[in-house]
Amino acid sequence: MLQQAFNGLVGGAFYALLALGLAVIFGMLGVVNFAHGAFYMLGAFGAFIALDSLGLNFWLALPLVPVVLGVLGVVLERLFIRRLAPLDPLYNFLFTFGLALILQDLVKRQYGVQSQPYPRPSALDGSINLGLFTYPAYQVFVLAVSVLVCGAVWVVLTRTRVGMIVRAATEKPELSRALGIDVGRWVTPVFGFGIALAGFAGVLAAPMRAVNPLMGSDLIITVFAVVVIGGLGSVFGSVAAGFAVGLVSALGNYYVPSLSQTLVFILMAAVLLWRPAGLFGREEAL
Amino acid sequence: MKVLGRSAAIATAGALLAGCAGGPGGGGGKISDDKIVLAVLTDQSGVYADLSGKNAVEAVKMAVADFKAKYGDKAVSKDIEVVSADHQNKPEIANSKAQELYDRQKADLIVDVPTSSAALAVATVAKNKKKVFIDVGGATTELEGKQCNKYTFHYGYNSYMLAHGTGTEVTKDGAKNWYIVYPDYAFGQDMQKTFTAAVKGAGGTVVKSDPTPFPNDNFSTFLLKAPDLDPKPQVLGAMQAGGDLVNLVKQYNEYKLRDKGVGLAVGLMFLTDIHSLGPDALAGTYFTDFWYWNANAGNRAWADKFKAKTGARPTAVHAGDYSAALQYLEAVQRGGTDKSDDVVKQLEGHKVNDVFTSTGTVRAEDHLLVHDAYIAQVKPSAEVKEPWDYEKIVKTIPAAEAFQQPDAACSL
Repeated sequence: MLQQAFNGLVGGAFYALLALGLAVIFGMLGVVNFAHGAFYMLGAFGAFIALDSLGLNFWLALPLVPVVLGVLGVVLERLFIRRLAPLDPLYNFLFTFGLALILQDLVKRQYGVQSQPYPRPSALDGSINLGLFTYPAYQVFVLAVSVLVCGAVWVVLTRTRVGMIVRAATEKPELSRALGIDVGRWVTPVFGFGIALAGFAGVLAAPMRAVNPLMGSDLIITVFAVVVIGGLGSVFGSVAAGFAVGLVSALGNYYVPSLSQTLVFILMAAVLLWRPAGLFGREEAL
Repeated sequence: MKVLGRSAAIATAGALLAGCAGGPGGGGGKISDDKIVLAVLTDQSGVYADLSGKNAVEAVKMAVADFKAKYGDKAVSKDIEVVSADHQNKPEIANSKAQELYDRQKADLIVDVPTSSAALAVATVAKNKKKVFIDVGGATTELEGKQCNKYTFHYGYNSYMLAHGTGTEVTKDGAKNWYIVYPDYAFGQDMQKTFTAAVKGAGGTVVKSDPTPFPNDNFSTFLLKAPDLDPKPQVLGAMQAGGDLVNLVKQYNEYKLRDKGVGLAVGLMFLTDIHSLGPDALAGTYFTDFWYWNANAGNRAWADKFKAKTGARPTAVHAGDYSAALQYLEAVQRGGTDKSDDVVKQLEGHKVNDVFTSTGTVRAEDHLLVHDAYIAQVKPSAEVKEPWDYEKIVKTIPAAEAFQQPDAACSL
């Protein structure tokens, strides 16, 4: 049972990393980024391309791929998102949705729909004895790294001046502007950072999940549910909800496999009935 | 002199007529629209695009080329065209594309069509339009069961063949207790049923069957559960396909289930799946196949030609598409016409002997191609001598046992 719970947390680690990026982007730019799953997929493909074409192993891909994708995010923000932001939110929704399809199709064109092989890094090939049970080392690594990254983001957001500005701009953009904070300056790097996080999750996923063009679109709906459960715009809520949803779906799989797919959405409905703004959301975010 | 002139005129007229009919041996206007159109209705961008898709079109073109080379001037029609369309694995799109292919593109044959629901949709269109359809990529036994019809043929494999291959053989081989995980949609549910029946029939027990979400990227719950079931299953029967199968196998290896005494058997797997995972991830896994490119010199020679055109080795579906197109053309050649009713008559009961199968018979009762199937095992990478050489054929299941008996529900 404990092992199953642990399992859920590992699955939740991916939800948390993706939801974190989505939440920061939504808070700062007001953009619901439908292309987030596609960037997760690009992260995994980035790792594959790095290994297959450039001979760079997992440990090099892990920092490199997110940086490249972050830069791509910055370019996209400068070229498109920024121009669409003042318009109806529908424009950005359509843009990111279309972007997701384009990215998916470009990868499909190049690599086909079949999954690409990506081996586990050999250093993490074995199992680790966690006292009560042994667990694959790679999974433990994924959990540890994602907790670390989420923690680091949390520290930056709460303990540094930059974090304070981003948080203020995320939570109360108008007021921050009124207080003379140049919100616009931070929009681009935050968008790039959110994309880089998605890419990071993708690289982490490559050794344990199927690397194919559809991997992002299969996941993103659940991640949106996670963000809604956590509370739109709440950074902490997204991370907490990510791990919680991982746990719930693992236990759901165990006890009622046939229901597990809908369980997340039942949870979402229940949370929304109880707290319309999500677990950690603020009413005014609606 | 006069007589000679007259016969020369008749000969000329005859030649002209034959010309109109699409070439000598055309039997005088018996080829509709003066040409034969073969349509490959396939998945061009979805999950089956690699195992059939654009390379299926290449396989059919190879059949046309071989047919033309064999008959030359004696070919029933010089003009043989290959067209293709994408059904996106959706039955409603398959339905409208099939109508378009038959009506507007003048297709005489539709071939390939992976995805059972799409295949059944096309079978209905073929029945209504009285045009020939040979399905290769679909798994459902409905095509030759309740929903069979005079113009539809099923070529290659079906869920019965898969279950009675892997399910029966692995159980007989000693793995009595099974844990089955299946994706929770029509295909998975069907596979779960046929596999359970096969395992029981061979004296085994299905300890538990669990449906898994579809699509799904996290199978850890099920994998962790497996060794703890009582009695402990000796084999995990995975009915997943495509990306889901890749996810499952990667995680199966992470949790080292083979070391914990739980082997792996896969319901449906294609060469392209093994290529995605790398043979080591699957080494030792049993599955049922119906053609393997490196099984003998003949297959290999054909696979070399295929590789020269596509850059990849053919899956069993590609070989099936080639054979279906070739046998269709041969049937037209024998009958001298592409009229559907005559082609059907030529195909019924016909013995198929080509690169795809040397033991095939098109069963007249239900239009199922009955032929040998194979139990295959994935080679460990140490035994893999060249790219794509992943399978070891461990057993041949003779045609008579590989497929089910004709279904009483089918009346053509």
